[in-house]
Amino acid sequence: MIESVCVVGAGTIGSLFAGHLAQVADLSVLTRRKEHADALCEHGLRISGRSELHARVSATNDPRELPDVDLAIVACKGTDLDDVASSLSGRLPGATVMTVQNGLGAEEIVQRHGDWPLLSAITFMSGTRHSDTEVEYVLDTPTWLGPYEAAPCERAEEVAALIVSSGLKAEAFADLRPAQWSKLIFNATVNGVAALTGLPHDRHFAAENEGDGLGRLVRRLMDEGKAVAAAAGIPPGEDPWEMNVHATQRGSTHRPSMLEDVEAHRPTEVESINGALVREAERTGVPVLLQRALYALVRGKEASYS
Amino acid sequence: MGCGAVGSLFAANLAQLEDVEVWAYDLSQPHVDAINAKGLMLTGAGEVAGQVRATTDPAALPACDFGIVATKAMHTENAIAATAHAFSDAAVASVQNGVGNEEVLARHVTRVIRGTTFPAGKILEPGVVQWDVKGDTTLGPFEPSPAPTDEIERLADACTRSGMPAAAVADARPAQWRKVIFNAATNPVGALTGLTHGRVCERPDLRALVSTLVGEGKVVAAAQGITLDADPEELIDHAAKPEVAYDHKASMLQDVEARRQTEIDFLNGGIGRFGRELGVPTPLNDAVTQLVKALEDSWH
Repeated sequence: MIESVCVVGAGTIGSLFAGHLAQVADLSVLTRRKEHADALCEHGLRISGRSELHARVSATNDPRELPDVDLAIVACKGTDLDDVASSLSGRLPGATVMTVQNGLGAEEIVQRHGDWPLLSAITFMSGTRHSDTEVEYVLDTPTWLGPYEAAPCERAEEVAALIVSSGLKAEAFADLRPAQWSKLIFNATVNGVAALTGLPHDRHFAAENEGDGLGRLVRRLMDEGKAVAAAAGIPPGEDPWEMNVHATQRGSTHRPSMLEDVEAHRPTEVESINGALVREAERTGVPVLLQRALYALVRGKEASYS
Repeated sequence: MGCGAVGSLFAANLAQLEDVEVWAYDLSQPHVDAINAKGLMLTGAGEVAGQVRATTDPAALPACDFGIVATKAMHTENAIAATAHAFSDAAVASVQNGVGNEEVLARHVTRVIRGTTFPAGKILEPGVVQWDVKGDTTLGPFEPSPAPTDEIERLADACTRSGMPAAAVADARPAQWRKVIFNAATNPVGALTGLTHGRVCERPDLRALVSTLVGEGKVVAAAQGITLDADPEELIDHAAKPEVAYDHKASMLQDVEARRQTEIDFLNGGIGRFGRELGVPTPLNDAVTQLVKALEDSWH
């Protein structure tokens, strides 16, 4: 039985988990900033959009104050993960830890700081953060999770059931890697192209008919990614191109996080997304001319901030 | 045609010659009015005041012996379509960026000169142009619809006498492709990242990307039987030196920062088009073309 949950990192995704899971479990939140923790303790967490919820949560920015829990969901940005995991070292002895970062490699980073059983997760839900205590639930697409290495499959099923009972969508898989790679290829391509062009994820990304349609580039980038996944021995998952087409037909135009990051001159997750893909291509000997270009260009864009 | 920075350098200098009468066709009424009122003034690398007759009205142009087209590449079609009547017995030279401009001119006039020019500047105010750098111009026949050699030599001679050194050559493609490969390899990388030329070149991953773009362009040039007159790689490294152009923002980056349409269709897009006609794949040039065009789309 999972009776207590700690959400680590209360950005958009962390807040959506916290607001919902507080309905079905004892919930604690670890924030980076003290003002954020104080605001959550004082006002609670309000979810609007696809859910209307007002959750009481216990929040702190001091890992020493965290109670032990059955499940910890680490939802900080990939760029903060090493610091955050290090702050949890020696704590939460009874917890299963679930990572929901974009890209590859989050589990290995957490593993360096403790021997918690690990679950891999990827989430397709999205939201808009209006303030420290108010988050709008925009896309009610699911979270997929599975055991990492020796973690038991039943734990993944139990966590998925808990998330579903809280009002979010989730599904457990015995092998998450196909889904993880589908999302990796999708994110590397869509986030990278959006960050460089300033376009939100809209119809341009699926436009293949025009002579210089952006969709042609998107498809080539995704084909490179699929070749890397195949060479790495990953069974095929959902087709990232189909995911792209579907997302651009939904009517709402999503602004990928990497686009928001470059517009705000923040470090992006390019290393754990595009970098991970290119490094895996190098390891498997698959040529990825276009993904390599995208990776170099986004890194160059980050360098241009200063 | 097109009296921006480069057009103004040709117009004001050529107007110094007693045997040459210069007309300028441009769409900017304030610029045209200033030129007619006070002359066309150059300052910087040379101080020149040219008596040029300027107009925004194509019908006002007399029959000319020569045309020099200096518009941004995407405006070539409109400019020559509007003014072709003045060049019914003339040789018309492109001194524009990129490849594919001569093909557009040849749809409207019969004697076309392939030109590549290196001087640069910027408009300071209507009628006044900053001349940043001097440089050579290469003029040669546009092979499918060529101007005769003596006509090309007359134009080159007039340019040279006026202070814009120009060489008439039998094959102007090596100079043109050297310049387009250089620009296509560096401009979009600057435009997409926001980095100056020097900062692009000191990042090994971006410098490698630049080299891949150069490599694709060289294959397309070689497939046409063109032997480049200089190695773009060496020119790129030379320009990256602190005392040369380390801090230079590529013109495409300046366009992107000002949200002006870029010349991507005639740089990487042009290399891609020639590549397709020749059966040479240009995947990275195609990719940056699509990225820059998507960037332009994001403004609307």
